[in-house]
Amino acid sequence: MGLLEAIILSVLAASTPLLLAAAGELVTERAGVLNLGVEGMMIMGAACGFAGAYLTGSTLLGAGVGITAGTAMSAIFAALTLGLAVNQVATGLALTILGIGLSGLIGAGFVGDRIVGAPHLHIPLLTDTPLIGRVLFGQDAFVYASVALVIAIWWFLHRTRAGLILRAIGDNHASAHALGYPVLKIRTLAVLFGGACAGLGGAYLPLAYTPFFIPGMTAGRGWIALALVVFASWRPMRLVVGAYLFGAVTILQLHAQGAGLGIPSQLMSSLPYLATVLVLVVISRARGTAGSAAPASLGAAFVPDR
Amino acid sequence: MRWVLERRLERSAGIALVSPLIAIALTLVTMAVLFTLLGKNPLTALAVYFVDPLMDSYSLQEIGVKSTPLVMIAVGLSLCYIANVWNIGAEGQFLIGAVAGSWIAVRTHGSDAGLWVLPAMLATGAAAGAAYALIPAICKVRFGASEILSSLMLVYVADLLLDYLVRGPWRDPNGLNFPTTADFDAAATVPTLIEGGRLHMGALIALLVVAIATILLRNTLKGFEIRLVGAAPKAARFAGFNADQMVLFTFAVSGALAGLAGIIEVAGPIGHLQPGFSPGYGFTAIIVAFLGRLHPVGILIAGLFLALTFIGGEEAQISLKVPLDLTKVFQGILLFYVLACDSLILYRIRFVSSHRRPADGIA
Repeated sequence: MGLLEAIILSVLAASTPLLLAAAGELVTERAGVLNLGVEGMMIMGAACGFAGAYLTGSTLLGAGVGITAGTAMSAIFAALTLGLAVNQVATGLALTILGIGLSGLIGAGFVGDRIVGAPHLHIPLLTDTPLIGRVLFGQDAFVYASVALVIAIWWFLHRTRAGLILRAIGDNHASAHALGYPVLKIRTLAVLFGGACAGLGGAYLPLAYTPFFIPGMTAGRGWIALALVVFASWRPMRLVVGAYLFGAVTILQLHAQGAGLGIPSQLMSSLPYLATVLVLVVISRARGTAGSAAPASLGAAFVPDR
Repeated sequence: MRWVLERRLERSAGIALVSPLIAIALTLVTMAVLFTLLGKNPLTALAVYFVDPLMDSYSLQEIGVKSTPLVMIAVGLSLCYIANVWNIGAEGQFLIGAVAGSWIAVRTHGSDAGLWVLPAMLATGAAAGAAYALIPAICKVRFGASEILSSLMLVYVADLLLDYLVRGPWRDPNGLNFPTTADFDAAATVPTLIEGGRLHMGALIALLVVAIATILLRNTLKGFEIRLVGAAPKAARFAGFNADQMVLFTFAVSGALAGLAGIIEVAGPIGHLQPGFSPGYGFTAIIVAFLGRLHPVGILIAGLFLALTFIGGEEAQISLKVPLDLTKVFQGILLFYVLACDSLILYRIRFVSSHRRPADGIA
């Protein structure tokens, strides 16, 4: 396996959790809800997903447990922000703090345990094709699932009636309500979907990326996923580009550290975070003249008038 | 059964007063359930958490020590949140303040530099915290980039910078290879209030901050401006108040307070710079700000309460063998309940049967 192929493979692996979590958050935000608790839902997906896989010996069941954990976390968020009209920013922060604490509590018993990582696809001949074989036909199921998920979300949002209603609710909840659409019900479903995706993205880390759990292993990926949604201008297909770019930055800084260029490793490690700030600035600036692409009702609480 | 929210005609002053107490009570019940699940006697465990630290003078002083940074940071953050500006990167500003102030301590180490060292450290820490906070503020004002995400990203960067400095250029050559600076000289140390005690001058600075913020918010035009920009941005614009300047102002003030808290923490109770010296004060301060109802005096009380949970959490880890992460769980649950109870100030909950749509009830 050549160096280039190895780099592409590791970029794909590093991008997948970002893509999964960002795809879910994109749907949530398109419905007009800003859930800042992605980091908390991801780390819960990681801890519970690992626990599930370790206890059952099955990656698939582990992923299911991770999805359930993320969904459960988002249900708390939905109850507060949609049921009680609580400030979404503050609730999202609380979700992150709770998720980091709870995952530490749950994961404490599993630190040091190892599992067998998710199996990779292998099709004779195809997978063995030089350069592109492993990239296209040798990934684990999560990688294919993440791309399929984004395409499905694109189709749902832009090609179905239900998707149109969801976007309408995100852009103007008062009008959507006046037309008779169940604003809070659809928002709840969108939040739960976002939680499920974040849980799966988090579970990817201990199930496929590294076959063990360490506390705090999401290391800000949930926040980067939030930034990716902005980067993608709330459009699903652009998420793929953004996620792979960020995966590339992460992997290249790791390789640069390994190459020993004499640059402090901490500076290299901070690159993904600095890149996020830079991307936010560039994207926001470029959009300044054309008006914001964000859903117009994003982050605003909705209490139906009667 | 389902519920709907009904907007109250005016804020309920009664609920505004008792909602933090309801939130704390609900949190204690939830914690008791959690302790039971962990196989501990809930009453004994709650006593270890919340009563035992109040029983000896060392722990009582420690509550003062731990609440000092919490209160200072939270007062600054409350100004942001009142103005509807979202600085959530106080942890980074706290670390940068500590790093910048420590620079002077490291440079003057072993010299006979005099009384100017500590004031210079405090001023540098505050200035660096403000400058670091202005990065996301300027990105927001100038380019429209979300201050929430960029201020948070800079927390990770600050953490890595601290890590680099204490493992690299600032490492104590006599420190047995531990990643830490040399212990600060006496001239670079915040003096304690009682000889041999733990409580230090920083606690007085925190009280001063609370007093100044109370006056600022209640008696000055700036305080009115902060409240107006947050509560009624359109009215504020008509009144000629500039929302962009408010972002810069609140970020600078909250960054300066976080930076000051950071340098006081390393020059006071810790005495040297080391990685991981903050147990997440910058994030816990967010909870303190909300639990204190974004009011300086409320924040003082909330800060003392959350400091208690840090100490109780450490005691519970030793005597009950429960993980330290339980403290974070506790803090997260508390913030949920605080926010949920706050909703009742503005709304009333009405339960309706699921068959009838709420719109049918009132014509």
